[in-house]
Amino acid sequence: MKARLLMLAAVAVTVTTLHAQQVTFDRILHADKEPQNWLSYSGTPFNQRYSLLTQITPANVKNLQLQWIWQARSLEKFETTALVVNGVLYTVQAPNDIVALDAETGRPYWTFAYSPAPDARTCCGRVNRGLAILGDTLYMGTIDAHLLAIDAKSGEMLWNTTVAKSSERYSITMSPLIVKDKVIIGTAGGDGPIRGQIAAFDAKTGKELWRFFTIPGPGEPGNETWSGNSWMTGGAGVWNAGAYDPETNLTFFGTGNPAPDWDGRSRLGDNLYSDSVVAIDADTGKLKWHYQFTPHDELDYDSTQVPVLADVQFKGRPRKVMLWANRNGLMYVLDRTTGEFLLGRPYVKVNWMDGFDAKGRPQRVEGKVPTKEGTLIQPHVHGATNWAPPSFSPRTGWFYVAHWENSATVVTEGLSPRPAGVNPRQTTMGQVNLQPFFNNEDEAYGVVRAYDPNTLERKWEYRMSDITWGGVLSTASDLVFSGGKEGYFFALDARSGNLLWKAALGGQVNSGPMSYSVNGKQYITVAAGSSLFAFALPGDAR
Amino acid sequence: MQNAKGKMQHDRVRIRALAATLAMGGVFAFCILNFALREVAFAQHETAFDVEEGGRAFRNTCANCHGPDGNEIPGIDLGRGQFRRPMTDADLVRIIRTGIPNTPMPATNMSEEQASRIVAYLRSVAATKRTASVSGDATRGKSLYESKGNCASCHRVNGVGSRLGPDLSKIGQLRRAADLEQSLIDPAVEVLPTSRFYRVVTKNGTTITGRLLNIDTFTVQIMDPKEELRSFVKADLKEHGFAPTPMPSYKRTLSPQELADVVSYLVSLKGRPTP
Repeated sequence: MKARLLMLAAVAVTVTTLHAQQVTFDRILHADKEPQNWLSYSGTPFNQRYSLLTQITPANVKNLQLQWIWQARSLEKFETTALVVNGVLYTVQAPNDIVALDAETGRPYWTFAYSPAPDARTCCGRVNRGLAILGDTLYMGTIDAHLLAIDAKSGEMLWNTTVAKSSERYSITMSPLIVKDKVIIGTAGGDGPIRGQIAAFDAKTGKELWRFFTIPGPGEPGNETWSGNSWMTGGAGVWNAGAYDPETNLTFFGTGNPAPDWDGRSRLGDNLYSDSVVAIDADTGKLKWHYQFTPHDELDYDSTQVPVLADVQFKGRPRKVMLWANRNGLMYVLDRTTGEFLLGRPYVKVNWMDGFDAKGRPQRVEGKVPTKEGTLIQPHVHGATNWAPPSFSPRTGWFYVAHWENSATVVTEGLSPRPAGVNPRQTTMGQVNLQPFFNNEDEAYGVVRAYDPNTLERKWEYRMSDITWGGVLSTASDLVFSGGKEGYFFALDARSGNLLWKAALGGQVNSGPMSYSVNGKQYITVAAGSSLFAFALPGDAR
Repeated sequence: MQNAKGKMQHDRVRIRALAATLAMGGVFAFCILNFALREVAFAQHETAFDVEEGGRAFRNTCANCHGPDGNEIPGIDLGRGQFRRPMTDADLVRIIRTGIPNTPMPATNMSEEQASRIVAYLRSVAATKRTASVSGDATRGKSLYESKGNCASCHRVNGVGSRLGPDLSKIGQLRRAADLEQSLIDPAVEVLPTSRFYRVVTKNGTTITGRLLNIDTFTVQIMDPKEELRSFVKADLKEHGFAPTPMPSYKRTLSPQELADVVSYLVSLKGRPTP
């Protein structure tokens, strides 16, 4: 009994010290000060996916060994990037179970199981890309378009709020963005007749604070870019991580394609703010600026890539920029404080545009739209990249992007695409996997490339046979980690692109790698197939 | 020599064949016996494991609508065997599995064995005491929970209190009043697997006792008294093993009326409303 009382007393004393260990917003903003942790989807609100850990180097990376594997009880694509807080790793078992693991051994602490509503529909897999954490609460969007708050210590659900109706084809697959005391999240489903939204919720209570529609309503600027009532069901979903700049208090989100995807005749006009980046005030939800990458898109060029923010020397002077490798085959440098178009150029073969006007609007090439007869489009409907998170290394100053080269003949039959092309197995959409289709290896390939933000010129490339939906991690020891659909996970020299190490993981790498450390030992994790893999150098760092 | 060796080999073959026949016969006999025993066990003698599993499945699957005592739907009292029409065990198993068309009772994907365990649990609780000994007042109980009981030093309700003990935010949806009363009076009688405690002593002599979250051949994971998630490699420990529950008995610290009040408060906890 005495021991029990002592224990009770110990609990009472220590509960008051918990706040010191909580993940405050200040910690999230300055996550670079604690590189042992990984506190948001791409490491920090700047989304650079850059680790300051340097134990693993170009010299010793060849010695990396598998430390543990965690196998999900799910055959969905494993697209989640884990979070790590003080030795505890949080990830998602698709679609929406959360697991807390010991980051050193991969052993489970707890599992939170969630059953999405039966009417939940996703366009492209019942997946989840990641969690957010604030205080000691985890936040997750679900495929039935709910936002959940889960106690990070116990796995108990704290609140569950409906962001949009799954019965109306809304879903959520992205990681939430934390800004101050708010959880901000967007709704997917834009390949169907939805109206995209971004909403902010009180982190403590789940109460909605503001909502921004990615398609303006009647009377709002931009509504005139939709013919008739097409604005009501015009898509423009939001399904990938946002960024935040504390200097301007702006959040940045990429928006998806307008709907219907491949036939724009029912939605004449530019279709704002589809295929755009929108800069939204974190406190009010008001739009500050936007830039539309692909006006009146008929090629499914979602602009839902992860915005990467960086402070760089641009043309001889310091600029606060946003780097963007878009699905439409173009790479951009924008001024993130104003949205000014600073630079743009193709980074793969592009034939649907042939230049920009002074304000950065792409100049369309006539006829490069889907037709009943078929049109050769570069890049094809799957684009040059998709949602996989890129990386920026402040050390090298380069932007690292996983993407691919390919083209396809795009054919529509009414509102739907249909198979076409010289290769009878070629699909209208282009190929999700390349190897069964190409006749020579230069025709189509996956690639990781380094780009100089000043010129968007290529510094090096590392080629793969197949497409990659693996993200990229760079480190302060000049390593780049990535992987691809072939199932290889590899380390490259960040300055030369030379292959330094690889592991065959036996399943597609469909997630972004990340790094953390526990007890002085640096780990690199990546999900492949249905499993999460953790690598480190041999030996005990303790 | 050749003949003798051949005979020996022949004998060995016969012996092996005989042994194989006996073995096959034995397996066959075992299968029949086992089948018969299983039939008997299945029909009449559910094990404690069956009842416990059934209780767990009932709390997870049925209690949300039927309540922890099974009596929250008018005309139905599962814990007393009262239904809208007479039901055999086989009827109940079928309904658990297939649901009742055009009613809120859904079908489940349970096997016959799983559904049978729920029925076994319901039959087992029918004969037990349902309510607390004395009727209580939930408002007084809340006050006692927060003051004299000091319950929040280990338990959490809607985000307030420690996480070390079980979260009680919806305990009223999961546990029966009689069970809650028993846990307050004699907490060691039934400790749910998710509420076990474990003690480790590190090689430098530090002792840490916490709620057991996971254990395997080489490692153990606990929540320590600071509510930190901790993982230990057993080979790195001086000692490790299960610890008694730190939940004190309130038999002497609370009067029967106060106990009933706390039970009433706990029964009232049905989870926080959604925003």
